Amino acid sequence: MINIYPKIISRGHPSLLMTYLAPIIAIVLTLITGSIIFSFMGFTPFFALHTFFISPISTYYGVSELFLKATPLALIAIGLSFCFKNNIYNIGAEGQLTMGAIFGGGVGIFFYNVEGFWLLPLIIICGAIGGIIWAMIPAILKVRFNTNEILTSLMLVYVAALILDYLVVGPWRDPDGLSFPKTRPFNDSARMPLLFEGLRVHFGLILTIISVFIAWFIYSKTMLGYQLKVAGLSPKASRFAGFNQNKLVYITFGICGALSGIAGVGEVTGPIGLIYRDISPNYGFTAIIVAFLGRLHPVGIIFASIVIALTYLGAEDAQLFMQVPQAVGFVFQGLVLFYLLGADLLINYRISFYKRSLINEH
Amino acid sequence: MKDNIVSIKDISKSFPGILANNKVTFDIKNNTVHALLGENGAGKSTLVKILYGILEYDYGKIIFDGEKFSPKSPSMARKLGIGMVFQHFSLFDSLTVGENLILGLDEKISFNKLKNKVEELSSKYELPIDLEAPITNLSAGEKQRVEIIRILLQDPKLLIMDEPTSVLTPQEVEKLFITLNKLINEGRTILYITHKLEEVIKICNEVTIMRNGKVVETCNAKDESEKTLATKMLGKKLPEIQKSNFSEFNETTSFRVINLVKKYNDPFLVDLDHISLEVKEGEIFGIAGVAGNGQSELMSFLTGEDVIKNSSHIEYFGKNISNLGPKDRRNLSIAFVPEDRLGHSAIPQLSLLDNVLLSQYAGNNYSKWGIINKSQIAKKTNDIIKNFNVMTPSSENYAGSLSGGNLQKFVIGREILTNPKILIISHPTWGIDAGAELAIRQSLINLSKKGTSIIVISQDIEELLEISNRIAVIYKGKLSDPMHINNISIEKLGLLMGGKFD
Amino acid sequence: MNIDLIFSIINIVLIATTPLVFASIGELVTEKSGVLNLGVEGMMLVGAVTAFVTLVITNNYFLTFLFGMLSGLLMSSLFAFLVLILLSNQVATGLALTIFGIGLSSMIGKKYIGTPIEGVNPYYFIILSFFVVYAVNQFLYKTKPGLILRAVGESHISAHAQGYNVIKIRFLSIAFGGLMCGLAGAYMSIAYAPMWQENMVAGRGWIALALVVFATWKPGRALLGAYIFGSVSILQMNLQGFGVRIPAQFFVMAPYLATIIVLVIISSDRLRIKLSAPACLTIPFFRGR
Repeated sequence: MINIYPKIISRGHPSLLMTYLAPIIAIVLTLITGSIIFSFMGFTPFFALHTFFISPISTYYGVSELFLKATPLALIAIGLSFCFKNNIYNIGAEGQLTMGAIFGGGVGIFFYNVEGFWLLPLIIICGAIGGIIWAMIPAILKVRFNTNEILTSLMLVYVAALILDYLVVGPWRDPDGLSFPKTRPFNDSARMPLLFEGLRVHFGLILTIISVFIAWFIYSKTMLGYQLKVAGLSPKASRFAGFNQNKLVYITFGICGALSGIAGVGEVTGPIGLIYRDISPNYGFTAIIVAFLGRLHPVGIIFASIVIALTYLGAEDAQLFMQVPQAVGFVFQGLVLFYLLGADLLINYRISFYKRSLINEH
Repeated sequence: MKDNIVSIKDISKSFPGILANNKVTFDIKNNTVHALLGENGAGKSTLVKILYGILEYDYGKIIFDGEKFSPKSPSMARKLGIGMVFQHFSLFDSLTVGENLILGLDEKISFNKLKNKVEELSSKYELPIDLEAPITNLSAGEKQRVEIIRILLQDPKLLIMDEPTSVLTPQEVEKLFITLNKLINEGRTILYITHKLEEVIKICNEVTIMRNGKVVETCNAKDESEKTLATKMLGKKLPEIQKSNFSEFNETTSFRVINLVKKYNDPFLVDLDHISLEVKEGEIFGIAGVAGNGQSELMSFLTGEDVIKNSSHIEYFGKNISNLGPKDRRNLSIAFVPEDRLGHSAIPQLSLLDNVLLSQYAGNNYSKWGIINKSQIAKKTNDIIKNFNVMTPSSENYAGSLSGGNLQKFVIGREILTNPKILIISHPTWGIDAGAELAIRQSLINLSKKGTSIIVISQDIEELLEISNRIAVIYKGKLSDPMHINNISIEKLGLLMGGKFD
Repeated sequence: MNIDLIFSIINIVLIATTPLVFASIGELVTEKSGVLNLGVEGMMLVGAVTAFVTLVITNNYFLTFLFGMLSGLLMSSLFAFLVLILLSNQVATGLALTIFGIGLSSMIGKKYIGTPIEGVNPYYFIILSFFVVYAVNQFLYKTKPGLILRAVGESHISAHAQGYNVIKIRFLSIAFGGLMCGLAGAYMSIAYAPMWQENMVAGRGWIALALVVFATWKPGRALLGAYIFGSVSILQMNLQGFGVRIPAQFFVMAPYLATIIVLVIISSDRLRIKLSAPACLTIPFFRGR
């Protein structure tokens, strides 16, 4: 008979230490679980974890790839943090990214033979507009018709992907292309400038860092940030204050759409240079994990995006060197989120161990 | 038969930061009405939840009906013969009365059998109920009837009643007392939890007084007076409130509601039915009524959280403000304090400083171009803390870490310091300790003396009688004509609260 | 239009709709107890791949469906542990379950893409799906355990005060949802497709979630809604067959757009949604106080 058992006890108010410790606990637990999974597959844990997490970033090229992948993740996660703080579950960032790529990329294709310094800024702006338009649909449906934004924004991901598919197979298909459906390549002035010669990391990283700073400023110093905090904690108090909640829904969806759209532009005008079917390996969904893992805090999101970007690279290497399917990266991402959500218990509660014999006895 | 049906010995129970019950010890004699008297937060509710198996105690011992007793769940407590009527009813609103009764029974029962049993009980105790009705359609008194029937179906030896009169009209209270008498005559025992002194003297045999989680004393109720009980309950004598001179308010009408009508078609909300009222400068206007008769709906229109889109009218010194939201109304110098301080008038997870911003962000120099100026707000926060004697380590503490009374003083202070022309406040002293209660009532009276009109919505008749100049009663979304404090009787108020408008 | 064509359309509609019926009725029970599990898509995918792999290895149909369902149960238990015991946010945890399920199913199924199997006759499952809806309806509205389940979804505080074990009842409701989603997934890879392909559930899990809202949490209406959706998606295939000249992508979009439109129509009646949704949906329950 076990006579010591755990009991969950409310702390009264949240522990700041645990708020920052929980992501670290989650990452450590994920690594432990990963080693166990790999040893079941017949790999020594050290070799597997080294292949997965160390060797991908042991070259400059690898580090550049890490930041290349972290760029869209962080950018979208910043956008999502606005929504999530406002208790808006926009999970359709992937669709907003796709629309950004279509709008921005469309401009690039339209001006495929016109060069100019204005072209890239125009593409970025149009990409942001594309993302905003796509984000406004669930926003309007939520405000006007009380429609659940989780389901509508998600459905619109499928719709956006099909529109993209239609465009690259149909009207936008490269007339000189072979059987593979893709568009014409953009000209050089429509491409994101590279930050280092020979490495793929590009100007999008600078845009991301600027967004992180602006988001931090909004959250900590402005009335908008305050309104988001209030709306997220208590809609009733927000109404009492007299904040316009519908406006907040539009603003947060709009910011997220714009940043996701720019992330989409970054993908097509950065490493790819044209549009085809699979422009994003689920960045829009994975960014949800990044946002939570980063505690919806801009600085946290930077760290989280790097950690999660590593799972993409690790999964690629694991497939190459260990013949493990690349999807293992998504498994790790899911695991991190599970552990994080579990560890979050410690923010508001603590666990005490009671001896059974003490209970109910004099 | 044993003398004592329950013996509670050294029961302790702690929550984070609070020792809710500290070595509580007393006996309940068989076939008596035993009062458990104490202020909010004295530990009464914790103790009865332990008796009913909802909470487990940390240390101590309970003997029930001669046996050692430590219920792990309410159904265990029920099996042993304990029933409980909850203060905030433990009914399922969207289900019917019949379904609720079935859920309260541990054994299987067919609907017809249940119906027969219920009919028998309702006629015996004069507690008429309709099995098919959804709970949402019932009044507070009817809900309580359902709870009592649900418990009587179990044929309990001990009935626990947690503040049973808090939501009843005075007439319904009389009926409840008749029912309690019948139960005693059948040999049952009642543990009666209350903070109302007159009820203890009127219907209880013995009384155990609790304060700060400890038992102060168990004594014979008949030997006590309201004064002696109050002293024991509160521990120290409180100063008397300084009443305002009622003839002082002047004749200028500051705030008017004309024919406020709102139909929701929602069984969870109360439609407002042609509400009109007029408040004079310097007047405290009380709105009495049993909870759930349209108070919160009316409040949301008075604050501007909800705006009316029909011919109804709200006027401020003759200006139509029906379409203005809370921010614009505040700019006109109208202040509000809604009932719920945890998540409505204040946000427990935010600091006091951030909570000042909640209602004061406009019209002050707390932000420029959307950027917040913390040091200005901090000054104001410290002013409130100092002027209203709010006990807190600093202005950076979470609002939720303050006691109910301190947080309420803070919230009301925040609004009073703006020197509003109108203050609209709902349940100003709900669920707080007596010291804070007195301070708040006094500060409302002081504010009115400066010429501010105050509308107080409250369930607490005593409170309204103490501070108001005039009182009107709200019942099912209708507001009675106001009565001047000098020609009001409790009986008349009670009749109005029960819907007996002439 | 001749009789044969009509029969063949009805036939296809029945076959295509069944997974939506299983998944939405499972989720409906979960939501009735006050828990929103957004992991339907993930549970269906894991159910599909588990069943497929089981069939390839054992060639035993009983074990195939058993393991498919158990895998859904396992996934839902993980979810239940997080939201009920560790009190995590239901929306975020459900999303995590879906992301995890997508990854896990593609990882397990990688080797099996294109492996031929012999499918099973879908008609057994079509009949079963109608029976399940009927049984759930009877359970929820005619039995005491069903009444308790609904009561827990309406007010866990009252249910707890009445002595009902809120955590246990919710755990069982979530588990039932998991079993049904596993079954729906297994049906897709064994009876409907029959094959394994990455992400083959293709949003049906999300549509099932929308169906629960559409049904205003009533089993019979969930069945009806599923069939309306099934018909819409089959209609697009047939219109394509008739040579209507619209690009294929726009036909494929139809169910997703239909989901949005239907949600808008149902949800704009705010009062109706408020009155029919379980009052405790997504609100965590902590016993400590």
